[in-house]
Amino acid sequence: MVRKESDPAKTPLDAETLLDIEDLTVELPGVGARRPVLDAVRLRVDRGEVVGLVGESGSGKSTAAKAVLRMLPRDAHLRGRVGVAGRDVLTLNAGDLRELRARRVAMVHQDPRSSLNPVRRIGDFLTERLIHTLGRPKAQAYAEALRLLEAVGIVRPAERLRQFPHELSGGMLQRVVIAAALAGDPELLLADEATSALDVTTQAEILAILREHRTGRGLGLLFITHDLHLAAAYCDRVYVMYAGRVVEERTAERLFEDPRHPYTAGLLACTPELGDPRPISPIPGRPPSLDDAFPGCPFVARCPVAEAACETWLPVARELDDGGSVMCRRTDLDHPAEKVRR
Amino acid sequence: MTLPQTAAPPVPPVPPVPMMSSKSAKPARTWPIPFRIAAGFLLLTATLAILAPLVAPYEPDAIDLNASLALPDGAHVLGTDQSGRDLLSRVLHGAGPSLVAPLALLALASVIGIALGTLAAWHGGWVDALVSRVTDVMFAFPGLLFVILIVSVFGDGLTTAVIALALAYSPVVAKYTRSIALAERAKPYIDAYRVQGMGGFAICARRLVPNLAPSLIGYLVLMFGQVLMGMATLSYLGFGAQPPSSEWGLMVKEGQAALVQGALWPALVPGTAIALVVVAFNVVGVRISDRLGVRER
Amino acid sequence: MPARALRITLGLLVTLLAASFVIFGAIYAAPGDPAAFLVGGQEDATPEKLAAVRAAYHLDDPLWVQYGDWIGGVLRGDLGRSMQYHDQVADLVSSRVPTTLFLVGYSAVLFVVAGVALGVLSAVRGGRVDSIVVAVTTLLASIPKFVKALALVAFLGVQLGWFPVTGAGEGFGDRLHHLTLPALSLALGELAVVSRVTRQSMLEQYAQDHVTVARAAGLSEFKVIRRHVLRNALAPVVTMCGLIIASLFAGTVVVETAFGISGMGSLLVQAINTHDFPVTQAVLLLMVLAYMLVTTFVDLVHPLIDPRVRLEGSAA
Repeated sequence: MVRKESDPAKTPLDAETLLDIEDLTVELPGVGARRPVLDAVRLRVDRGEVVGLVGESGSGKSTAAKAVLRMLPRDAHLRGRVGVAGRDVLTLNAGDLRELRARRVAMVHQDPRSSLNPVRRIGDFLTERLIHTLGRPKAQAYAEALRLLEAVGIVRPAERLRQFPHELSGGMLQRVVIAAALAGDPELLLADEATSALDVTTQAEILAILREHRTGRGLGLLFITHDLHLAAAYCDRVYVMYAGRVVEERTAERLFEDPRHPYTAGLLACTPELGDPRPISPIPGRPPSLDDAFPGCPFVARCPVAEAACETWLPVARELDDGGSVMCRRTDLDHPAEKVRR
Repeated sequence: MTLPQTAAPPVPPVPPVPMMSSKSAKPARTWPIPFRIAAGFLLLTATLAILAPLVAPYEPDAIDLNASLALPDGAHVLGTDQSGRDLLSRVLHGAGPSLVAPLALLALASVIGIALGTLAAWHGGWVDALVSRVTDVMFAFPGLLFVILIVSVFGDGLTTAVIALALAYSPVVAKYTRSIALAERAKPYIDAYRVQGMGGFAICARRLVPNLAPSLIGYLVLMFGQVLMGMATLSYLGFGAQPPSSEWGLMVKEGQAALVQGALWPALVPGTAIALVVVAFNVVGVRISDRLGVRER
Repeated sequence: MPARALRITLGLLVTLLAASFVIFGAIYAAPGDPAAFLVGGQEDATPEKLAAVRAAYHLDDPLWVQYGDWIGGVLRGDLGRSMQYHDQVADLVSSRVPTTLFLVGYSAVLFVVAGVALGVLSAVRGGRVDSIVVAVTTLLASIPKFVKALALVAFLGVQLGWFPVTGAGEGFGDRLHHLTLPALSLALGELAVVSRVTRQSMLEQYAQDHVTVARAAGLSEFKVIRRHVLRNALAPVVTMCGLIIASLFAGTVVVETAFGISGMGSLLVQAINTHDFPVTQAVLLLMVLAYMLVTTFVDLVHPLIDPRVRLEGSAA
């Protein structure tokens, strides 16, 4: 487990905004889809910042990441703005979009084994980015590939370059994928469950590598996970998503100490912490699917503090004193968390 | 540290659907337009083949050297060949042998193939192994080479060609029959008949094969286009129908000599007839085999 | 890997032996007296002459002995003596082989290039383009080879005069010109299967995560298709193309007859018409051999295309 440094380098000198998602709504015209996958999502990542995006599967967190690279299905209907370094990704032409994918924003997926072409060598995977998208000469690309593998802690890189994906372990492959993601020297890295499939030791090593790059070259990191404790420990700020909406946005510290949305509180309550005597209390009900439509707050059916009015209350984000926001009608409660834990 | 998988709430019971009459419950079975056109064309061809002696304007072998290689006109709707024989009349008279010969050989091939396939699937063991080895060796002869081997031994002629093609296509039928019979044999109703004391042959002949019939028919319908092309090809090579027949493949062969003289009709009229019938059969066959639930191939 | 190769090669030899026996046995069992054909007319077929011919051609030996003699000769390169031309069958055949190989090779290039291109087009564009490709290629597959051959002769040969309608030509360029129409008539019918297999295989690859990853890395769509989709979709396409090439040898029988090309196929037809059994046997055997060799080669080469199969092979 990676612990957050005791002195979080908050307020970086250059608080330039890297990623700025404004009111992004995504609709997929699938069978039985009765609500948008993403509903007016707002999200920001600054240079050198590690931002967590947490939610259950189906909450829309991966869709948000894909939208940053405009990797959504052709028939998806998008509204809003996805600003990367000041330009709206949704309106880029094909050439600029490729440029964005090659140089500015990189993505690391959950399963490294399916991220690599099984019939091509590790070397091809790395150098094809350098040669075909960044225009490096072959010899230089090879040298760079070696350097990239070393940078993610792979020993005997020359040998690895000649190997096929099936000859490497999952942890090794994820390092290769990260090395490839860093090849274009991106400003923003989207890590979509990048460590979820790895064992704990490897996970810790990968997280350390990512953190190194974040401090080393001011890389912004959007860290997508279903593991709230990991996010709270690893990230500077955390967004919690539920049913396509951001229901809470806080600094990691504040979120962990004082969750304001009953869902966040429920998530924290349902995983055991060392030395915590309280019993584990799972969130009742099931995560909503795309064919569940909600007239009011989407969490109402599973919420321990819900009132009748919540069922028709249109969710809006409410500012909190500490700079965060929460999308809950009952901000009047001092500590919804206590109520949840009962 | 992962999120808990909470249990799904109980699904509310579905209200019982009122029983509808079987007519309205069935989805309407509409056949697509290309299917109708193809089926209509085949029916027309079959009718004309039967009525050829009545509808053909000339005798198929009436030679008129004055009208040699005539282009289509009022007297000869599709023109004439080198000997001045009316091409329309010849194509109409040739429809009979061109369609009946493939039909006969497919029937023969399916009798042999279904029998062997069922036997192999039912008996298993060395019988299955033997049938499989024999079909393997026959599959080592690509295309029509096995047919050509038989023809080279027993001589030309329509009967030899039909038998040779039937022998060549029977392993294909046997292989397919074996695969679906194996699946069918494993079903419990077969055991039930056995317990009742029904003999193996009786179960195969009266229960198993009839149950396979829809799939088999679908498969055979799909094969027919292939078989018709095989028959025509054999006649074209001179190993099938013999003069003075106006079987289409043979007509193409005879029309070929006129081709280099610039007369296209004698070869292309029967050639087009073959192509149209095969295309129509494929259009109809794909649809029918879909309806009969043929999955393989 | 060596075990797999050995098993495949052994299977090839057994099948070849069985097929050669079928070829020889069938012709041995043929009705009629081959000696009578050899002597010529029935009138001067005196018993003495027949007996002499029988002895010369070992026609009185039992089937097994004759088969053994024949297969032994085949292994030494001696295919017997043609009854029609009184030449060595090996000489007769070897003068015909290059033309047929050229025809098959030319046709293979045509159907592989056009078939794969149409398949890629179908997969990439989909919708209407896909429907048109299916319709046209299926139509071409539904027309017998000899009808396609004559239609090509009629329109591109006789009417437009672009291509010669008979013969095989001399020298590479002339030969290419002469064999274009025959190669086309062989190739056109195979486009349907090749384009279908290519399209299907590509669509499966499109759905793979690593393709999305490559696209997310900023690779252009053309390079994503070429380097990842097409490359990975190759294995079933190569297998299918190999099987089709193998079967093209049989197709030359019809096409060489239609275009009057003196190759193996037309030699077979002539041999059957003249009851020249040694030639018939030899050509049939060589065609089966070519077919089996190509299909076996495809089997053996498959692991080289897909490193995952290579791994499984070495583990097994």
